[in-house]
Amino acid sequence: MTTYGRGLRGLTLATITTNTLALALVFFYAPLDADQGFVQKIFYIHVPLAIVSLCGFIAGGLFAIGHLRSGDRRWDMRAYVAIHMALIFGIAALITGSIWAKASWGHWWVWSEPTLVSYLIVVLMYATYQPLRFSIEDPERQARYASVFAIVAGAFVPLNFIAVRLAQQYVHPRVLTLTGGHLPGSMRFTFLASLAGIALLFVTLWKYEMTAKDMRMQLRRARRQLLGDDAVRPLGRSAAPS
Amino acid sequence: MIVLGAPALPLHSAGKYVAGAYLVFVALMLVYVAIMARRLTNAERELSQLRRDAAARASERDRSPEDERQREPVG
Repeated sequence: MTTYGRGLRGLTLATITTNTLALALVFFYAPLDADQGFVQKIFYIHVPLAIVSLCGFIAGGLFAIGHLRSGDRRWDMRAYVAIHMALIFGIAALITGSIWAKASWGHWWVWSEPTLVSYLIVVLMYATYQPLRFSIEDPERQARYASVFAIVAGAFVPLNFIAVRLAQQYVHPRVLTLTGGHLPGSMRFTFLASLAGIALLFVTLWKYEMTAKDMRMQLRRARRQLLGDDAVRPLGRSAAPS
Repeated sequence: MIVLGAPALPLHSAGKYVAGAYLVFVALMLVYVAIMARRLTNAERELSQLRRDAAARASERDRSPEDERQREPVG
């Protein structure tokens, strides 16, 4: 088992249990929203996905700092996987948000809404991360440039979030604030359970992906040691760290 | 316990949107897990190939000194 595989079984069980409990709370415990009714149930999946994806982008930036400071390529791998996962969660947040917008506002997308558009900008910005990596052939240079991108973009994420919060006009439902928000206790508990479930899912999938990548690297290394350089196929051009 | 005490879900017109949102999430996760499973299968196949190659290489190494000894002229 690789370093990242440690504790993976327990983490997987915790993720499954938390998400099952969160789903039960969403549909059988949390009361219906007085204003939006049943549609508000999307909130319990959409908002945690958005929060966790933004945290994933920031984590990618922090891992990238680790790479530039130490020169250790494992940090680049961690950053790559965190950003890759956060992008998937971000796309899920965009789709679920769009469905919520259609049900709530009657439109799939509202361009005048700052939270939606700023989130889209963040996701589109990170959508350029993989093509950027792919465009650089030299692995060392690729890792360095990708780390710089991850740090700058990672710093942009909270700035973007704060800027939107400071904006004057709000259309987006504002249910969470630093002082606790306007959620009743049962809804807040359900939301926190959903957030914990999605956060655990992110960490679990991140660890799985890291384990798989680490295992492939170890396999290549073992193959080279046992059978010599000729037995190992050269890696083609790739966006993923090698 | 929660399920037993649960009220009936109000699956009116809003239900399809809620179901859609949750299904999108589940579908994305399933696709991701399927890709991961395929990669894992490939890694396992590569590992078993590596074991076979290593075993073949080891038996080749064991056999070669014997062959050389047999080829040496006797007497």
